[in-house]
Amino acid sequence: MTDLNIFQQLIYYFSHNGMYVLSQFSRHFLISIYGVLFAAIVGIPLGILISRHSKLSTTVIGIANVIQTVPSLAMLSIIMLGLGLGVNTVIATVFLYALLPIIKNTYSGMESVDASILDSGKGMGMTRFQLLYMVELPLSMSVIMAGIRNALVLAIGITAIGTFVGAGGLGDIIIRGTNATNGGAIILAGALPTALMAIISDLVLGWLQNRLDPAYKRAKTSK
Amino acid sequence: MELVALKRMELTYVFLEMKHLSKVYGGKKAVDDFNLSVAKGEFICFIGTSGSGKTTTMRMINRMLNPSSGSIELEGEDVLKADPVKLRRKIGYVIQNIGLMPHMTIRDNITIVPKLLKWSEDKRNERAKEMIKMVELPEDYLDRYPSELSGGQQQRIGVVRALAADQDLILMDEPFGALDPITRESLQDFVKDLQERLGKTLIFVTHDMDEALKLATRIVVMSHGKMVQVATPDEILQHPANEFVENLIGKDRLIQAKPSITTVGQVMYNNAVSITPGRSLKEALKLMHEKRVDTLLVTDDMGILKGYVDIEQIDYNYNTATSVDDVMTRKVFYVNENSIIRDTVERILKRGYKNVPVVDQDKKLVGIVTRASLVDIVYDALWGEPDATAHTKKEPVTDIKEEQKVGDGKP
Repeated sequence: MTDLNIFQQLIYYFSHNGMYVLSQFSRHFLISIYGVLFAAIVGIPLGILISRHSKLSTTVIGIANVIQTVPSLAMLSIIMLGLGLGVNTVIATVFLYALLPIIKNTYSGMESVDASILDSGKGMGMTRFQLLYMVELPLSMSVIMAGIRNALVLAIGITAIGTFVGAGGLGDIIIRGTNATNGGAIILAGALPTALMAIISDLVLGWLQNRLDPAYKRAKTSK
Repeated sequence: MELVALKRMELTYVFLEMKHLSKVYGGKKAVDDFNLSVAKGEFICFIGTSGSGKTTTMRMINRMLNPSSGSIELEGEDVLKADPVKLRRKIGYVIQNIGLMPHMTIRDNITIVPKLLKWSEDKRNERAKEMIKMVELPEDYLDRYPSELSGGQQQRIGVVRALAADQDLILMDEPFGALDPITRESLQDFVKDLQERLGKTLIFVTHDMDEALKLATRIVVMSHGKMVQVATPDEILQHPANEFVENLIGKDRLIQAKPSITTVGQVMYNNAVSITPGRSLKEALKLMHEKRVDTLLVTDDMGILKGYVDIEQIDYNYNTATSVDDVMTRKVFYVNENSIIRDTVERILKRGYKNVPVVDQDKKLVGIVTRASLVDIVYDALWGEPDATAHTKKEPVTDIKEEQKVGDGKP
């Protein structure tokens, strides 16, 4: 083993533990996704709400900001006190961190909708709900998606430290590498897929964000 | 004649009535005791400086704002008791910033209100096609997005969007304020034409006096929330209520007012040579020869304008066609006898017609405006002999009477 260089070791590790890495990869990904999903379920309506009641907006965004400033390891430990070891603690942490980008982007997305468009929508006889789903949401969807994209990349990083509360994921492999003597290859075996996951999610959501941009539709038809 | 009388009756029927309307913002009266009755088919312009309450008044009609006191009745129903959402679907609404939905195609934009009213998709598609035809844009524009259209085209769509669900009342808030002068003018023509043709009632807010004079049947001048004057464009030009109105009109316009408010009916020659479609080409040619003209207007037995036929058409088709009906051109540009010459001159010159038939309310032919009569008008405007037109207009070119299809009333 020692006569192999670090990349050969890495390939060796992958070839023998491929299925293990894959299962941790999907576990890691799902934890991140669940956290962001719950954050979106709470954050998007909250963002819409505060765009309607601008007095609330400073308070809500302020709270989300405070949450964001707590170091993730500390947050993980605090939540562990309540929820104990395991996946749920990590999902809760991811949820809290994902709230800020999602709320903030939903809020600014809703705010960015041209007032004259809302005025004409209302003037044509749309109800508040129709105005929301026919006009405001479609027009702010790309900004909201940018928030979700931020949140997901953030979540993948946070999930990596979830290993400390026994949630599993690619963080497990990284920690194993740091504990082993000459574990460089094992660290890479955990770290590279994590980075890859973050980059690919970013690209995919970036593409989705562009698709949802109203300006994209114009580019598509006038080829 | 009875028909005309009926029409007049209909005109006097009150369509929209605002009584003692006020709107108070934090102790300041934005609109103060506003009273106006609007008949169906009227084109009302609210004009005033910014902060005069004109937009506020307009927005109270479709409940975008709720009045502090007063009442609004639309077709006899109390607007203030109506469901605002349902009310707004009955009233067209056009704003300065166009307000087309950037994420929807032109088709979807045009049919927003029909969709809100749950029309079937077929019906909506059909309506979208009708509307795009009305703005004279190709049908494939329906699948484009607003950002692919020019500002003028977008506002045209904005205007027909307000008509798409057969709204009878249309509110427009400085709709052409952001457009360049040439585009603005063509849109003004478009709106005026549309309103006259479809008989819609328009409430139009503007701060441009030219626009108000050109479009309105009645102008409401507002200042600091109060109505200063309500009158037709002619009356406003001739008898401005006070200094404020005078300033709003501008000294230049007051000087020009005399010639510029002459109607087409006053300057036209009322001896237009016409023929019925059933006559033969031979007869048409004979008539042309007798009257020394190269074009005959075609009217039916009632005197209603149907088209025209000129010497080229007759010459070209003389051997193949028999009656005037076969060769006549049915699309004909005409003007109403009551339209103001100031607006009409430009339209005639722009299109380069040698002569333009003049019709009355019922599309009955009453006379003709030729380029020679335009010379008189321009001459008068420049050298200011107000009586010169009066002399020429009564003088017939020829004195043959029996072929004339002159409308019953003098202009």
